[in-house]
Amino acid sequence: MVLPTNLKHIATADELTKLINEKENVMVCCGRMGPMCIPVYGVMHEIEPEYQHVEFRDMAFDSPEAHIIRNLPECRGFMGIPFVIYYKNGKVAAATSSIQSRTQITTILDKTFSA
Amino acid sequence: MENTHYQTIIIGGGPAGLTAGIYLSRAKVKTLILDSSIAGGQMLLTHQIANYPGVENISGYELSMHMLNQAKSFGCDVISSIEITKIDFESKLKSLELSNGKKYTSDAIILATGGRSRTLGLAGEDKLKGRGISYCATCDGDFFQDKEIAVVGGGNTALEEAVSLTKYASKVTIFHQFDHFQGSKHAEDEALNHPKIEIRLNTKLTGFFGENSLESIEYMDVNTNETFRQNFDGVFVFIGYEANTDFLKGKCIHLNKYNEIVTDGQMQTNIPGVFAAGDATAKRFRQITTAVSDGTTASLYALEYLKTIA
Repeated sequence: MVLPTNLKHIATADELTKLINEKENVMVCCGRMGPMCIPVYGVMHEIEPEYQHVEFRDMAFDSPEAHIIRNLPECRGFMGIPFVIYYKNGKVAAATSSIQSRTQITTILDKTFSA
Repeated sequence: MENTHYQTIIIGGGPAGLTAGIYLSRAKVKTLILDSSIAGGQMLLTHQIANYPGVENISGYELSMHMLNQAKSFGCDVISSIEITKIDFESKLKSLELSNGKKYTSDAIILATGGRSRTLGLAGEDKLKGRGISYCATCDGDFFQDKEIAVVGGGNTALEEAVSLTKYASKVTIFHQFDHFQGSKHAEDEALNHPKIEIRLNTKLTGFFGENSLESIEYMDVNTNETFRQNFDGVFVFIGYEANTDFLKGKCIHLNKYNEIVTDGQMQTNIPGVFAAGDATAKRFRQITTAVSDGTTASLYALEYLKTIA
């Protein structure tokens, strides 16, 4: 189950685990093709060339494999999609719930993944 | 060196801006659309659009992409995810600077910056967004299965979404600051007669409370000024829209008291060569079709303007 976005997709929990173990900086947007999520995928796609030191991915929120994100302790209390997770060296460095603007996203990227 | 002069720059890539882009580019006018997010504007926030003539049912995302691709197919340039940091629209040659440091000039400007959902602006609202506070019932409703939630607002959207949220929630309480609703009779009747919905008129939210997620709200009876605190698992806010005109405040463009751009019948602002279209303008009805109409009108008058200065 993957989303029809312009981003690279994560289909399984194993794929995500492998990616965050191999790459230093990873941002994953876990959502649906809905109004709160689409703008976030769009911003990620637009800023991807400026942040070549970050791996951008999406993951389908309704996939059973997305338990790896839905059940994170950092997502406790989240009640709005998408769940966006920023992984640094395999660990969760930041997490947001619901729609975020370009400025909100780049602020976290700059703070968490300074090149 | 990159040519940064355009005959027309359109600020905003919603239905008004994209329509203007389609018309101008098709007329061989060198046109640039700038957008602070991705093209589509508030269309993107709509799951299904069933009242756009000629298309029985389409998602907001799909319609946005169709309009965007149509504009690009005629040669319109589009820059997304960009902020405007400086403007000079008063001179004959209009200029603006972007957050990436680039400067652009143009002969005409079309302001199509659209609107955004109004927030309550209360303490804790930003922190608890996505943690109990939501602005989209379709997106987040299923997080509130068998929970007690509040809906804030008294227009059609608030009333209709309150009814739709009863699919999930055990109880929905509508808070509205006036003594009557602003929605249609049908929407009002549906909400009033729903067994899971409770109505609290003449009430105004004054605070959100919760650490990791929303736990309670504070509200005030506007007649007595008495305040109350009540536990809720979620709050959905539907209190209308406001124009995206922050970057125009205190500048040369005439805004009304609601910060909407004032135009004449030709979608011309008070500044020659600067036109406006769509939800950011002062008008009563805000629909995709009215935005498209505005975008068409603004682009055709912009074309006439460009001829006069040629």
